[in-house]
Amino acid sequence: MNDVEFKTQIDGRPLIDLVGAVAQNRDRLAFGALFGHFAPRLKAYLLRLGCDSGCAEELIQEVMLTVWRRAETYDPALASVPTWIFTIARNKRIDLLRLERRPEIDLEDPALVPSAPEAADDRIERTEDTRRLRAALNELPVEQAELLRLAYYEDKAHSTISLERGLPLGTVKSRLRLAMERLRRILRDQR
Amino acid sequence: MTLPGHHPVDELLFDYASGALNEPVALVVATHLALCPTCRHQVQALEEVGGLVLDGIEPQPVSVDCLEALLARLDDPLPHDIGFPPLPSETLLLPQPLRSYIGLPPEELAWRPVCAGVESYDMKLGQGEMRTRLFRLRAGAVVPRHTHRGTELTLVLEGGFLDCGRHYGRGDVCWHDCHIDHSPCADNSGGCLCLTVTDAPLQLTGRLSRFLNPFLRL
Repeated sequence: MNDVEFKTQIDGRPLIDLVGAVAQNRDRLAFGALFGHFAPRLKAYLLRLGCDSGCAEELIQEVMLTVWRRAETYDPALASVPTWIFTIARNKRIDLLRLERRPEIDLEDPALVPSAPEAADDRIERTEDTRRLRAALNELPVEQAELLRLAYYEDKAHSTISLERGLPLGTVKSRLRLAMERLRRILRDQR
Repeated sequence: MTLPGHHPVDELLFDYASGALNEPVALVVATHLALCPTCRHQVQALEEVGGLVLDGIEPQPVSVDCLEALLARLDDPLPHDIGFPPLPSETLLLPQPLRSYIGLPPEELAWRPVCAGVESYDMKLGQGEMRTRLFRLRAGAVVPRHTHRGTELTLVLEGGFLDCGRHYGRGDVCWHDCHIDHSPCADNSGGCLCLTVTDAPLQLTGRLSRFLNPFLRL
C-alpha cells in the first residue's frame, strides 16, 4: 500500500481544525477545503463500490452534508477525521444504496458496558496509533495490502472475495488475518 | 460485571467495520459491541484502517455542479429523526441498537411457542431464508436436537445456555455452520433470552423429533 500518503493538513491547516471551524463558526471556507480533500476520495471509493458517477456524486453530497450538520459531534478521541468520514460514507451507502439500516451502538446508551477508565493522554495515544497504523500499512506485503484494500473498497464479505479472486476462502481469511495481526502487533508492541 | 468470553470471529468484526455484512448479522455484531469493550476497541482500529485506506485512494475528479448543489443545501432544515422512542430504563436488558429494532419491552412481544419451555419472536428482518428472531428459554429448557443447512449466529442477552460443552452468558456470541448437530439447553440461572440469526431453516435430527420437522417452524 505504498500510495497511501496520509495528508493531515490542507493549506497548512490540520483536518481536525477544519472540522472544528465548521463546528464552531459554520466556516464555509473550511468546509470547502474539507470537500476539496475528501470529495475526490469519496468519489473513487464509491466508484469502486459499483456506483456510477452521478450516483457517487449524490452520495458525496449526502456524506458532506452530514459532515456539515454533525461536525460538532466529531470526537477526536474516538477517530481521526478520515476515519470519521469513512464511517459516515459507509453508513450512507448502506442506507441509500442497499436500503438497509446500519445497526450502530450508541455511546450514550446506559446499557452499554463501559471500557476500563481511559487515560488522560488517550487522545495523544490515538493520534500515535494512527501514525503507526499508517506506517504499518505501507509495510504490508503486496498481496496482503491488496486484499485489505479490496475488503474496504468493494463491499465484499470475505466469502465473495474468495470466489472472485479464485482464492480458497481459507487463503483470503489467513491473508487478511495476517495483515490485521501485523497491524495489531505493531500497535501493541510500540505502546 | 463479567465481560463476554465468546466473541464474534475476526472476519465478522472486519466485515462489520467495512460495511459488508447484511443487516441481521450486523445487528448481532453491533449488539455484542455494546456489551463488549474489547471488540469495540478492535472495530475502532479496523475503522481507523478504513479511514487510512480512504485517505490513500487515488482521487477521482468531482464535477463543479456537485459542490454547488451541496452548497445550496447547507441551509436546508434538518430532517427529523425517525425511529422508535427510547424504552424505559427497566428494559436495559436490550442494549442499542437492538432496542430500537424491537420497540417494546421483551415481555410485551407476541411470543410464539416453539416447543416445551421455548418461545420465539420473529423480528421480520432479513432477506430470503434469513431469519432474525429472539428466543426465550425457561430455565433448563432444551432445544430439540437439530442441524442446519446454513449458519446460526446467537447472542445471549440474559441468562445463559449450554451448547456443545460450552457455557454462553450475557454478551457471548455462539456461531455454528452446517456441520453442527446440536441441542442447546438453557442453564439454571433463571432462563435465557437470546437473539438468533439463521440463513436457512433448521432440521431436527433427534430420532423422534425428526418426524416433527414439517410441523415446527424452527
